[in-house]
Amino acid sequence: MASVGKMKRGVPEGLWIRCPQCKATIFRKEAESRFNVCPECQHHFYLPARERIRQLLDADSFEEWFKDLRPSDPLGFKDRIIYGERLKAEQAKTGMPDAAVVGRGYIRGRPVVFGVTDFAFMAGSMGSVVGEKLTRAVEEATRLTLPLIFVSGSGGGARMQEGILSLMQMAKVSAALARYDQAGGLYISVLTNPTMGGVAASFALQGDLTLAEPGALVGFAGKRTIWNTVRLELPEGFQTSEFLLKHGFVDRIVARKDLRTEVARIVDFCER
Amino acid sequence: MPSGLPFEREIDEMEELLAKMESGTGNGQVTASEEVRRMRRELANLIRKVYGNLRSWDTVLVSRHKNRPQTLDYIDMIFDDFVELHGDRAIGDDRAMRTGFARLADFRVMLVGHQKGHTLKERNECLYGCAHPEGYRKALNKMRLAAKFRIPIICLIDTPGAYPGIGAEERGQAQLIATNLLEMSRLATPIICVVIGEGGSGGALGIGIGDRVAMLEHAYYSVISPEGCAGILWKVATEETKPMAAEALKLTARDLFRLRVIDAIIPEPLGGAHRDPRGMGSILKDYLLRYLRELRDLSVAELLDQRYQKFRAMGVFVEQVI
Repeated sequence: MASVGKMKRGVPEGLWIRCPQCKATIFRKEAESRFNVCPECQHHFYLPARERIRQLLDADSFEEWFKDLRPSDPLGFKDRIIYGERLKAEQAKTGMPDAAVVGRGYIRGRPVVFGVTDFAFMAGSMGSVVGEKLTRAVEEATRLTLPLIFVSGSGGGARMQEGILSLMQMAKVSAALARYDQAGGLYISVLTNPTMGGVAASFALQGDLTLAEPGALVGFAGKRTIWNTVRLELPEGFQTSEFLLKHGFVDRIVARKDLRTEVARIVDFCER
Repeated sequence: MPSGLPFEREIDEMEELLAKMESGTGNGQVTASEEVRRMRRELANLIRKVYGNLRSWDTVLVSRHKNRPQTLDYIDMIFDDFVELHGDRAIGDDRAMRTGFARLADFRVMLVGHQKGHTLKERNECLYGCAHPEGYRKALNKMRLAAKFRIPIICLIDTPGAYPGIGAEERGQAQLIATNLLEMSRLATPIICVVIGEGGSGGALGIGIGDRVAMLEHAYYSVISPEGCAGILWKVATEETKPMAAEALKLTARDLFRLRVIDAIIPEPLGGAHRDPRGMGSILKDYLLRYLRELRDLSVAELLDQRYQKFRAMGVFVEQVI
Protein backbone atom coordinates (compact mmCIF):
# COMPACT_ATOMS: atom_id res chain seq x y z
CA MET A 1 0.00 0.00 0.00
CA ALA A 2 1.26 3.42 -0.84
CA SER A 3 2.26 5.63 2.00
CA VAL A 4 0.51 8.95 2.03
CA GLY A 5 3.07 11.67 2.52
CA LYS A 6 2.62 13.90 5.50
CA MET A 7 1.95 17.54 4.92
CA LYS A 8 4.53 19.90 6.28
CA ARG A 9 3.45 23.51 5.89
CA GLY A 10 1.65 22.59 2.71
CA VAL A 11 4.72 20.83 1.33
CA PRO A 12 3.84 17.26 0.46
CA GLU A 13 6.56 14.74 1.15
CA GLY A 14 6.97 11.16 0.14
CA LEU A 15 6.36 9.15 -3.00
CA TRP A 16 2.62 9.53 -2.83
CA ILE A 17 0.75 12.58 -1.74
CA ARG A 18 -2.82 13.27 -0.85
CA CYS A 19 -4.43 16.29 -2.42
CA PRO A 20 -5.78 18.46 0.42
CA GLN A 21 -8.67 19.54 -1.76
CA CYS A 22 -10.05 16.44 -3.50
CA LYS A 23 -8.34 13.95 -1.15
CA ALA A 24 -7.16 11.90 -4.11
CA THR A 25 -3.94 9.99 -3.60
CA ILE A 26 -1.62 11.04 -6.37
CA PHE A 27 1.82 10.10 -7.52
CA ARG A 28 4.19 12.81 -6.42
CA LYS A 29 6.18 12.76 -9.65
CA GLU A 30 3.04 13.28 -11.64
CA ALA A 31 1.99 16.32 -9.63
CA GLU A 32 5.50 17.71 -10.02
CA SER A 33 5.46 17.21 -13.75
CA ARG A 34 2.29 19.28 -13.82
CA PHE A 35 3.79 22.31 -12.06
CA ASN A 36 2.79 21.01 -8.63
CA VAL A 37 -0.85 20.94 -9.52
CA CYS A 38 -3.19 18.08 -8.62
CA PRO A 39 -3.95 16.12 -11.84
CA GLU A 40 -7.40 15.26 -10.48
CA CYS A 41 -8.82 18.59 -9.31
CA GLN A 42 -6.26 21.19 -10.41
CA HIS A 43 -5.52 22.21 -6.83
CA HIS A 44 -2.38 24.34 -6.88
CA PHE A 45 0.10 23.10 -4.31
CA TYR A 46 2.63 25.30 -2.56
CA LEU A 47 5.61 26.08 -4.75
CA PRO A 48 9.03 26.98 -3.30
CA ALA A 49 10.65 30.18 -4.58
CA ARG A 50 13.36 28.31 -6.47
CA GLU A 51 10.79 26.12 -8.16
CA ARG A 52 8.71 29.19 -9.06
CA ILE A 53 11.74 30.74 -10.70
CA ARG A 54 12.40 27.52 -12.61
CA GLN A 55 8.81 27.36 -13.83
CA LEU A 56 8.25 30.99 -14.71
CA LEU A 57 11.58 32.21 -16.02
CA ASP A 58 13.61 30.94 -18.95
CA ALA A 59 16.08 28.20 -18.07
CA ASP A 60 19.18 29.48 -16.27
CA SER A 61 18.25 33.07 -17.02
CA PHE A 62 17.80 34.17 -13.41
CA GLU A 63 20.48 36.28 -11.80
CA GLU A 64 19.79 36.73 -8.11
CA TRP A 65 20.36 40.13 -6.50
CA PHE A 66 21.04 41.30 -2.95
CA LYS A 67 21.79 37.82 -1.70
CA ASP A 68 23.78 39.17 1.19
CA LEU A 69 20.89 40.73 3.06
CA ARG A 70 20.31 39.00 6.38
CA PRO A 71 17.59 39.56 8.95
CA SER A 72 18.40 40.69 12.47
CA ASP A 73 16.37 40.98 15.63
CA PRO A 74 15.87 44.73 16.14
CA LEU A 75 13.21 44.32 18.84
CA GLY A 76 14.83 41.50 20.76
CA PHE A 77 11.54 39.75 20.16
CA LYS A 78 10.88 36.79 22.36
CA ASP A 79 7.83 34.59 22.54
CA ARG A 80 8.28 30.92 23.24
CA ILE A 81 11.60 31.16 21.48
CA ILE A 82 13.83 34.11 20.61
CA TYR A 83 13.28 35.52 17.12
CA GLY A 84 16.98 35.05 16.34
CA GLU A 85 16.61 31.35 17.06
CA ARG A 86 13.46 31.14 15.01
CA LEU A 87 15.30 32.73 12.09
CA LYS A 88 18.11 30.20 12.35
CA ALA A 89 15.62 27.34 12.34
CA GLU A 90 13.76 28.75 9.33
CA GLN A 91 17.02 29.33 7.48
CA ALA A 92 18.13 25.76 8.16
CA LYS A 93 14.75 24.39 7.08
CA THR A 94 14.48 26.37 3.84
CA GLY A 95 18.10 27.07 2.92
CA MET A 96 17.05 30.72 2.43
CA PRO A 97 18.28 33.72 4.45
CA ASP A 98 14.76 35.19 4.49
CA ALA A 99 11.43 34.91 2.69
CA ALA A 100 12.09 36.82 -0.54
CA VAL A 101 14.19 36.15 -3.62
CA VAL A 102 14.66 38.93 -6.18
CA GLY A 103 16.69 39.37 -9.31
CA ARG A 104 16.66 39.63 -13.03
CA GLY A 105 15.69 37.08 -15.62
CA TYR A 106 13.90 36.41 -18.86
CA ILE A 107 10.35 35.29 -19.54
CA ARG A 108 10.14 33.80 -23.01
CA GLY A 109 13.03 35.99 -24.02
CA ARG A 110 11.70 39.16 -22.42
CA PRO A 111 13.96 40.68 -19.77
CA VAL A 112 12.20 41.35 -16.45
CA VAL A 113 12.93 42.13 -12.84
CA PHE A 114 11.47 39.36 -10.75
CA GLY A 115 10.67 38.82 -7.09
CA VAL A 116 8.95 36.10 -5.13
CA THR A 117 8.04 35.55 -1.48
CA ASP A 118 8.19 32.00 -0.18
CA PHE A 119 5.54 30.77 2.24
CA ALA A 120 7.90 28.20 3.73
CA PHE A 121 9.97 30.91 5.42
CA MET A 122 7.91 32.24 8.32
CA ALA A 123 4.77 32.04 6.22
CA GLY A 124 6.33 34.37 3.65
CA SER A 125 5.89 37.30 6.02
CA MET A 126 7.47 40.68 5.28
CA GLY A 127 10.08 41.97 7.67
CA SER A 128 12.94 44.36 6.98
CA VAL A 129 14.82 42.04 4.61
CA VAL A 130 11.79 41.22 2.46
CA GLY A 131 10.86 44.91 2.36
CA GLU A 132 14.38 45.99 1.50
CA LYS A 133 14.89 43.36 -1.21
CA LEU A 134 11.61 44.15 -2.91
CA THR A 135 12.26 47.89 -2.66
CA ARG A 136 15.69 47.53 -4.20
CA ALA A 137 14.24 45.34 -6.93
CA VAL A 138 11.67 48.05 -7.72
CA GLU A 139 14.38 50.70 -7.77
CA GLU A 140 16.49 48.58 -10.11
CA ALA A 141 13.50 47.99 -12.39
CA THR A 142 13.01 51.76 -12.47
CA ARG A 143 16.65 52.39 -13.27
CA LEU A 144 16.82 49.68 -15.95
CA THR A 145 13.31 50.48 -17.28
CA LEU A 146 12.34 46.81 -17.14
CA PRO A 147 8.97 45.23 -16.45
CA LEU A 148 8.53 44.05 -12.88
CA ILE A 149 6.92 40.79 -11.78
CA PHE A 150 6.26 39.99 -8.12
CA VAL A 151 4.80 36.66 -7.10
CA SER A 152 3.51 36.79 -3.56
CA GLY A 153 2.92 33.85 -1.27
CA SER A 154 2.70 35.50 2.11
CA GLY A 155 0.20 34.14 4.57
CA GLY A 156 1.85 36.04 7.36
CA GLY A 157 1.45 39.56 6.00
CA ALA A 158 3.73 41.94 7.87
CA ARG A 159 6.07 40.00 10.18
CA MET A 160 5.01 40.37 13.78
CA GLN A 161 8.47 39.63 15.17
CA GLU A 162 9.88 42.83 13.67
CA GLY A 163 6.96 44.85 14.95
CA ILE A 164 6.39 48.34 13.59
CA LEU A 165 9.41 48.02 11.28
CA SER A 166 7.51 45.36 9.35
CA LEU A 167 4.51 47.66 9.03
CA MET A 168 6.81 50.35 7.65
CA GLN A 169 8.10 47.98 4.96
CA MET A 170 4.62 48.25 3.47
CA ALA A 171 5.12 52.00 3.22
CA LYS A 172 8.65 51.66 1.88
CA VAL A 173 7.92 49.27 -0.97
CA SER A 174 4.73 51.20 -1.82
CA ALA A 175 6.69 54.42 -2.19
CA ALA A 176 9.17 52.70 -4.50
CA LEU A 177 6.32 51.30 -6.59
CA ALA A 178 4.77 54.76 -6.85
CA ARG A 179 8.02 56.08 -8.33
CA TYR A 180 8.27 53.13 -10.66
CA ASP A 181 4.71 53.82 -11.79
CA GLN A 182 5.52 57.50 -12.27
CA ALA A 183 8.42 56.46 -14.48
CA GLY A 184 6.06 54.44 -16.64
CA GLY A 185 7.10 50.95 -15.53
CA LEU A 186 4.87 47.91 -15.95
CA TYR A 187 4.23 45.99 -12.73
CA ILE A 188 2.46 42.65 -12.87
CA SER A 189 1.50 41.24 -9.49
CA VAL A 190 0.79 37.53 -9.23
CA LEU A 191 -1.15 36.41 -6.16
CA THR A 192 -0.59 32.88 -4.98
CA ASN A 193 -1.82 30.95 -1.99
CA PRO A 194 -1.84 32.61 0.48
CA THR A 195 -1.49 36.41 0.22
CA MET A 196 -2.86 38.07 3.31
CA GLY A 197 -2.67 41.04 5.64
CA GLY A 198 0.06 43.59 5.15
CA VAL A 199 1.38 41.99 1.99
CA ALA A 200 -2.05 42.05 0.37
CA ALA A 201 -2.50 45.60 1.66
CA SER A 202 0.70 46.76 -0.03
CA PHE A 203 2.75 45.56 -3.00
CA ALA A 204 0.59 42.54 -3.85
CA LEU A 205 -2.37 44.76 -4.74
CA GLN A 206 -0.45 47.66 -6.29
CA GLY A 207 0.15 46.10 -9.68
CA ASP A 208 -0.85 47.61 -13.00
CA LEU A 209 -2.27 44.15 -13.44
CA THR A 210 -3.27 41.69 -10.76
CA LEU A 211 -3.18 38.03 -11.72
CA ALA A 212 -4.06 35.22 -9.33
CA GLU A 213 -3.54 31.49 -9.31
CA PRO A 214 -6.79 29.54 -8.94
CA GLY A 215 -8.02 28.93 -5.42
CA ALA A 216 -5.46 31.14 -3.67
CA LEU A 217 -6.44 32.62 -0.32
CA VAL A 218 -6.20 36.40 -0.62
CA GLY A 219 -7.49 38.97 1.83
CA PHE A 220 -6.85 41.50 4.53
CA ALA A 221 -8.05 40.08 7.84
CA GLY A 222 -7.59 36.45 8.83
CA LYS A 223 -10.63 34.27 9.05
CA ARG A 224 -10.31 33.88 12.79
CA THR A 225 -10.14 37.63 13.32
CA ILE A 226 -13.22 38.14 11.19
CA TRP A 227 -15.08 35.41 12.98
CA ASN A 228 -14.18 36.92 16.33
CA THR A 229 -15.64 40.22 15.19
CA VAL A 230 -18.76 39.29 13.28
CA ARG A 231 -19.52 35.80 14.67
CA LEU A 232 -21.05 34.82 11.36
CA GLU A 233 -20.47 31.84 9.16
CA LEU A 234 -18.14 32.96 6.38
CA PRO A 235 -19.50 32.46 2.87
CA GLU A 236 -18.31 29.56 0.71
CA GLY A 237 -15.18 30.47 -1.20
CA PHE A 238 -14.61 33.58 0.93
CA GLN A 239 -11.28 35.34 0.23
CA THR A 240 -10.31 33.11 -2.68
CA SER A 241 -8.98 34.25 -6.04
CA GLU A 242 -12.41 33.58 -7.49
CA PHE A 243 -14.02 35.71 -4.76
CA LEU A 244 -11.67 38.58 -5.58
CA LEU A 245 -12.33 38.20 -9.30
CA LYS A 246 -16.06 38.32 -8.70
CA HIS A 247 -15.73 41.45 -6.58
CA GLY A 248 -13.52 43.16 -9.11
CA PHE A 249 -10.06 43.09 -7.55
CA VAL A 250 -8.29 40.66 -9.87
CA ASP A 251 -7.77 41.06 -13.62
CA ARG A 252 -7.35 37.40 -14.44
CA ILE A 253 -7.14 34.05 -12.79
CA VAL A 254 -4.37 32.14 -14.48
CA ALA A 255 -3.55 28.47 -14.07
CA ARG A 256 0.06 27.88 -13.16
CA LYS A 257 0.85 26.09 -16.40
CA ASP A 258 -0.26 29.17 -18.37
CA LEU A 259 1.39 31.79 -16.22
CA ARG A 260 4.56 32.15 -18.25
CA THR A 261 2.71 32.60 -21.51
CA GLU A 262 0.19 35.00 -20.00
CA VAL A 263 2.84 37.18 -18.38
CA ALA A 264 4.86 37.30 -21.59
CA ARG A 265 1.74 38.26 -23.52
CA ILE A 266 0.93 41.11 -21.13
CA VAL A 267 4.50 42.37 -21.32
CA ASP A 268 4.12 42.49 -25.10
CA PHE A 269 0.81 44.33 -24.90
CA CYS A 270 2.33 47.00 -22.69
CA GLU A 271 5.57 47.41 -24.60
CA ARG A 272 6.36 51.00 -25.43
CA MET B 1 -14.77 60.55 38.27
CA PRO B 2 -12.60 57.42 38.50
CA SER B 3 -10.67 56.56 35.35
CA GLY B 4 -11.21 52.84 35.55
CA LEU B 5 -7.57 52.13 34.76
CA PRO B 6 -6.17 49.50 37.12
CA PHE B 7 -2.87 51.27 37.66
CA GLU B 8 -4.67 54.51 38.53
CA ARG B 9 -6.43 53.15 41.59
CA GLU B 10 -4.23 55.04 44.04
CA ILE B 11 -4.61 58.20 41.98
CA ASP B 12 -8.37 57.80 41.93
CA GLU B 13 -8.47 57.40 45.68
CA MET B 14 -6.38 60.45 46.30
CA GLU B 15 -8.37 62.51 43.81
CA GLU B 16 -11.54 61.53 45.57
CA LEU B 17 -10.09 62.46 48.93
CA LEU B 18 -8.87 65.77 47.56
CA ALA B 19 -12.26 66.55 46.08
CA LYS B 20 -13.84 65.92 49.47
CA MET B 21 -11.32 68.14 51.19
CA GLU B 22 -11.76 70.93 48.69
CA SER B 23 -15.48 71.00 49.21
CA GLY B 24 -15.11 69.95 52.83
CA THR B 25 -16.29 71.86 55.86
CA GLY B 26 -15.40 71.68 59.53
CA ASN B 27 -11.68 72.39 59.65
CA GLY B 28 -10.38 75.89 60.04
CA GLN B 29 -10.00 77.58 56.62
CA VAL B 30 -6.24 78.09 56.89
CA THR B 31 -5.26 74.55 57.81
CA ALA B 32 -7.61 73.18 55.20
CA SER B 33 -6.05 75.13 52.36
CA GLU B 34 -2.56 74.19 53.49
CA GLU B 35 -3.61 70.60 53.68
CA VAL B 36 -5.23 70.84 50.26
CA ARG B 37 -2.08 72.30 48.76
CA ARG B 38 0.01 69.55 50.26
CA MET B 39 -2.43 66.98 48.93
CA ARG B 40 -2.31 68.48 45.47
CA ARG B 41 1.46 68.31 45.47
CA GLU B 42 1.35 64.73 46.62
CA LEU B 43 -1.19 63.86 43.98
CA ALA B 44 0.92 65.43 41.24
CA ASN B 45 3.93 63.49 42.49
CA LEU B 46 1.94 60.30 42.52
CA ILE B 47 0.65 60.84 38.98
CA ARG B 48 4.16 61.66 37.83
CA LYS B 49 5.45 58.49 39.44
CA VAL B 50 2.70 56.26 38.02
CA TYR B 51 2.92 57.76 34.54
CA GLY B 52 6.69 57.63 34.58
CA ASN B 53 6.53 53.88 35.05
CA LEU B 54 3.77 52.74 32.71
CA ARG B 55 4.20 49.31 31.21
CA SER B 56 3.52 49.00 27.48
CA TRP B 57 0.16 47.43 28.19
CA ASP B 58 -0.75 50.31 30.52
CA THR B 59 0.00 52.67 27.64
CA VAL B 60 -2.39 50.70 25.44
CA LEU B 61 -5.08 51.14 28.10
CA VAL B 62 -4.42 54.88 28.37
CA SER B 63 -4.57 55.20 24.58
CA ARG B 64 -8.04 53.62 24.67
CA HIS B 65 -9.34 55.64 27.61
CA LYS B 66 -12.93 56.69 27.07
CA ASN B 67 -12.24 60.30 28.01
CA ARG B 68 -9.21 60.59 25.78
CA PRO B 69 -9.74 63.31 23.17
CA GLN B 70 -10.58 62.04 19.69
CA THR B 71 -10.57 63.59 16.24
CA LEU B 72 -13.89 65.40 16.70
CA ASP B 73 -12.73 66.78 20.07
CA TYR B 74 -9.62 68.23 18.45
CA ILE B 75 -11.78 69.69 15.71
CA ASP B 76 -13.80 71.44 18.42
CA MET B 77 -10.83 72.50 20.48
CA ILE B 78 -8.17 73.66 18.05
CA PHE B 79 -9.54 73.88 14.51
CA ASP B 80 -11.84 76.56 13.11
CA ASP B 81 -14.37 76.50 10.29
CA PHE B 82 -14.51 72.76 9.94
CA VAL B 83 -16.37 71.91 6.74
CA GLU B 84 -17.04 68.20 6.78
CA LEU B 85 -16.90 66.48 3.40
CA HIS B 86 -18.75 63.22 3.21
CA GLY B 87 -18.68 60.16 1.05
CA ASP B 88 -16.27 58.17 -1.07
CA ARG B 89 -18.09 58.62 -4.38
CA ALA B 90 -18.57 54.89 -4.69
CA ILE B 91 -20.09 53.07 -1.73
CA GLY B 92 -21.04 55.37 1.11
CA ASP B 93 -19.95 57.60 3.94
CA ASP B 94 -17.86 55.77 6.50
CA ARG B 95 -18.39 57.35 9.92
CA ALA B 96 -15.19 55.81 11.28
CA MET B 97 -13.29 58.20 9.02
CA ARG B 98 -13.95 61.95 9.12
CA THR B 99 -12.68 64.30 6.46
CA GLY B 100 -13.06 67.96 5.70
CA PHE B 101 -11.59 71.42 5.33
CA ALA B 102 -10.54 73.23 8.46
CA ARG B 103 -8.41 76.12 9.58
CA LEU B 104 -5.60 75.87 12.05
CA ALA B 105 -4.55 79.40 13.02
CA ASP B 106 -3.57 80.95 9.65
CA PHE B 107 -3.37 77.69 7.78
CA ARG B 108 -6.14 76.10 5.78
CA VAL B 109 -5.83 72.33 5.95
CA MET B 110 -7.54 69.12 4.96
CA LEU B 111 -8.31 67.18 8.07
CA VAL B 112 -8.52 63.40 7.92
CA GLY B 113 -9.06 61.39 11.06
CA HIS B 114 -10.45 58.23 12.54
CA GLN B 115 -13.34 58.74 14.92
CA LYS B 116 -14.00 56.14 17.60
CA GLY B 117 -16.82 57.77 19.52
CA HIS B 118 -17.25 58.32 23.25
CA THR B 119 -20.79 57.12 23.84
CA LEU B 120 -22.12 53.70 22.97
CA LYS B 121 -24.33 55.23 20.32
CA GLU B 122 -21.41 57.02 18.69
CA ARG B 123 -19.25 53.95 18.94
CA ASN B 124 -21.83 51.83 17.20
CA GLU B 125 -22.14 54.41 14.48
CA CYS B 126 -18.44 54.60 13.81
CA LEU B 127 -17.58 51.02 14.75
CA TYR B 128 -15.00 52.05 17.36
CA GLY B 129 -12.90 53.74 14.70
CA CYS B 130 -12.58 50.68 12.47
CA ALA B 131 -12.94 51.99 8.94
CA HIS B 132 -14.19 50.03 5.95
CA PRO B 133 -12.72 50.26 2.44
CA GLU B 134 -15.03 53.19 1.72
CA GLY B 135 -13.42 55.08 4.60
CA TYR B 136 -9.98 54.71 3.04
CA ARG B 137 -11.36 55.63 -0.38
CA LYS B 138 -13.03 58.70 1.10
CA ALA B 139 -9.80 59.72 2.81
CA LEU B 140 -7.82 59.45 -0.43
CA ASN B 141 -10.51 61.24 -2.38
CA LYS B 142 -10.35 64.26 -0.05
CA MET B 143 -6.57 64.15 0.17
CA ARG B 144 -6.35 64.32 -3.62
CA LEU B 145 -8.62 67.33 -3.54
CA ALA B 146 -6.29 68.92 -1.02
CA ALA B 147 -3.21 68.15 -3.12
CA LYS B 148 -4.81 69.74 -6.17
CA PHE B 149 -4.97 73.05 -4.32
CA ARG B 150 -1.76 72.62 -2.32
CA ILE B 151 -3.68 72.43 0.93
CA PRO B 152 -1.66 70.65 3.62
CA ILE B 153 -3.16 67.47 5.02
CA ILE B 154 -3.38 66.57 8.70
CA CYS B 155 -4.13 62.94 9.52
CA LEU B 156 -5.18 62.07 13.05
CA ILE B 157 -4.77 58.34 13.56
CA ASP B 158 -6.88 56.59 16.17
CA THR B 159 -8.02 53.10 15.27
CA PRO B 160 -7.72 49.59 16.68
CA GLY B 161 -7.42 48.49 13.04
CA ALA B 162 -9.25 48.45 9.73
CA TYR B 163 -12.60 46.71 10.11
CA PRO B 164 -12.32 42.93 9.83
CA GLY B 165 -15.61 41.79 8.33
CA ILE B 166 -17.25 40.10 5.39
CA GLY B 167 -18.36 43.31 3.68
CA ALA B 168 -14.97 44.89 4.22
CA GLU B 169 -13.29 41.98 2.43
CA GLU B 170 -15.87 41.94 -0.35
CA ARG B 171 -15.28 45.62 -0.96
CA GLY B 172 -11.50 45.29 -0.98
CA GLN B 173 -10.07 46.32 2.38
CA ALA B 174 -6.56 45.26 1.37
CA GLN B 175 -6.90 46.90 -2.06
CA LEU B 176 -7.99 50.26 -0.69
CA ILE B 177 -5.25 50.40 1.95
CA ALA B 178 -2.67 49.38 -0.66
CA THR B 179 -3.86 52.17 -2.94
CA ASN B 180 -3.66 54.72 -0.13
CA LEU B 181 -0.08 53.76 0.73
CA LEU B 182 0.99 54.16 -2.87
CA GLU B 183 -0.86 57.39 -3.52
CA MET B 184 -0.02 59.10 -0.23
CA SER B 185 3.66 58.56 -0.91
CA ARG B 186 3.36 60.92 -3.89
CA LEU B 187 0.62 63.39 -3.02
CA ALA B 188 2.03 66.80 -3.89
CA THR B 189 1.19 68.60 -0.67
CA PRO B 190 2.56 68.44 2.87
CA ILE B 191 1.14 65.60 4.99
CA ILE B 192 1.38 65.53 8.76
CA CYS B 193 0.32 62.37 10.59
CA VAL B 194 -0.18 62.12 14.32
CA VAL B 195 -1.18 58.98 16.19
CA ILE B 196 -3.47 60.47 18.83
CA GLY B 197 -4.61 57.21 20.40
CA GLU B 198 -4.49 53.78 18.84
CA GLY B 199 -2.27 53.11 15.86
CA GLY B 200 -3.67 49.75 14.84
CA SER B 201 -1.69 48.20 12.01
CA GLY B 202 -2.73 48.63 8.37
CA GLY B 203 -5.80 50.57 9.42
CA ALA B 204 -3.52 53.22 10.90
CA LEU B 205 -0.92 53.15 8.12
CA GLY B 206 -3.73 53.60 5.56
CA ILE B 207 -3.73 57.30 6.49
CA GLY B 208 -0.23 57.26 7.94
CA ILE B 209 2.18 58.15 5.13
CA GLY B 210 3.42 61.67 5.66
CA ASP B 211 6.26 64.15 5.76
CA ARG B 212 6.06 64.25 9.53
CA VAL B 213 4.82 61.35 11.60
CA ALA B 214 4.46 61.88 15.32
CA MET B 215 2.79 60.19 18.25
CA LEU B 216 1.22 61.49 21.40
CA GLU B 217 3.16 60.36 24.44
CA HIS B 218 0.65 57.69 25.49
CA ALA B 219 -0.46 56.55 22.07
CA TYR B 220 0.65 53.22 20.62
CA TYR B 221 1.40 52.14 17.07
CA SER B 222 1.78 48.50 16.20
CA VAL B 223 1.89 45.96 13.40
CA ILE B 224 -0.73 43.90 15.24
CA SER B 225 -2.89 44.48 18.30
CA PRO B 226 -1.50 43.07 21.56
CA GLU B 227 -4.61 40.89 21.72
CA GLY B 228 -4.00 39.52 18.24
CA CYS B 229 -0.33 38.95 18.95
CA ALA B 230 -1.09 37.20 22.25
CA GLY B 231 -3.63 35.01 20.48
CA ILE B 232 -1.06 33.89 17.95
CA LEU B 233 1.86 33.40 20.31
CA TRP B 234 0.16 32.06 23.41
CA LYS B 235 -3.07 30.78 21.85
CA VAL B 236 -5.23 32.96 24.08
CA ALA B 237 -5.31 36.66 24.89
CA THR B 238 -5.51 36.84 28.67
CA GLU B 239 -4.71 39.43 31.30
CA GLU B 240 -1.36 37.70 31.50
CA THR B 241 -0.47 37.31 27.82
CA LYS B 242 -1.70 40.69 26.54
CA PRO B 243 0.89 42.63 28.58
CA MET B 244 3.59 40.20 27.42
CA ALA B 245 2.61 40.77 23.80
CA ALA B 246 2.46 44.54 24.27
CA GLU B 247 5.95 44.48 25.74
CA ALA B 248 7.36 42.27 22.96
CA LEU B 249 5.89 44.37 20.14
CA LYS B 250 7.68 47.59 21.18
CA LEU B 251 4.68 49.72 20.42
CA THR B 252 5.03 52.81 22.61
CA ALA B 253 5.99 56.25 21.32
CA ARG B 254 9.36 55.92 22.99
CA ASP B 255 9.97 52.58 21.26
CA LEU B 256 9.03 53.98 17.87
CA PHE B 257 11.19 57.03 18.35
CA ARG B 258 14.10 54.78 19.21
CA LEU B 259 13.41 52.65 16.10
CA ARG B 260 13.44 55.87 14.01
CA VAL B 261 9.89 55.37 12.80
CA ILE B 262 8.46 58.62 14.19
CA ASP B 263 9.79 62.16 14.20
CA ALA B 264 8.59 63.21 17.62
CA ILE B 265 6.87 62.21 20.81
CA ILE B 266 4.29 64.88 21.56
CA PRO B 267 4.12 65.25 25.35
CA GLU B 268 0.79 64.86 27.09
CA PRO B 269 -0.43 66.81 30.09
CA LEU B 270 0.51 65.23 33.41
CA GLY B 271 -1.40 61.99 33.82
CA GLY B 272 -2.43 61.68 30.20
CA ALA B 273 -4.60 63.52 27.68
CA HIS B 274 -7.79 62.22 29.28
CA ARG B 275 -7.05 64.30 32.42
CA ASP B 276 -6.73 67.53 30.47
CA PRO B 277 -8.10 67.43 26.91
CA ARG B 278 -7.76 71.21 26.47
CA GLY B 279 -4.15 71.12 27.59
CA MET B 280 -3.55 68.30 25.12
CA GLY B 281 -5.24 70.26 22.36
CA SER B 282 -3.03 73.25 22.84
CA ILE B 283 0.17 71.16 22.84
CA LEU B 284 -0.93 69.33 19.68
CA LYS B 285 -1.77 72.62 18.02
CA ASP B 286 1.73 73.94 18.69
CA TYR B 287 3.29 70.87 17.10
CA LEU B 288 1.01 70.95 14.06
CA LEU B 289 1.74 74.63 13.48
CA ARG B 290 5.45 74.04 13.79
CA TYR B 291 5.29 71.26 11.21
CA LEU B 292 3.10 73.28 8.87
CA ARG B 293 5.64 76.11 8.98
CA GLU B 294 8.58 73.75 8.43
CA LEU B 295 6.96 72.18 5.39
CA ARG B 296 5.45 75.32 3.90
CA ASP B 297 8.52 76.50 2.06
CA LEU B 298 9.65 73.24 0.53
CA SER B 299 9.23 72.77 -3.19
CA VAL B 300 7.10 69.80 -4.26
CA ALA B 301 10.23 68.03 -5.50
CA GLU B 302 12.01 68.52 -2.17
CA LEU B 303 8.95 67.49 -0.24
CA LEU B 304 8.40 64.27 -2.17
CA ASP B 305 12.06 63.41 -2.18
CA GLN B 306 12.28 63.83 1.60
CA ARG B 307 9.11 61.80 2.07
CA TYR B 308 10.56 59.03 -0.06
CA GLN B 309 13.86 59.00 1.82
CA LYS B 310 12.08 59.02 5.16
CA PHE B 311 10.33 55.69 4.57
CA ARG B 312 13.16 54.35 2.42
CA ALA B 313 15.43 54.39 5.44
CA MET B 314 13.15 52.28 7.64
CA GLY B 315 14.05 48.73 8.55
CA VAL B 316 16.93 46.96 10.25
CA PHE B 317 18.98 44.27 8.53
CA VAL B 318 22.52 43.10 8.04
CA GLU B 319 24.32 43.18 4.74
CA GLN B 320 27.13 40.68 4.73
CA VAL B 321 29.71 41.28 2.14
CA ILE B 322 31.45 38.00 1.65
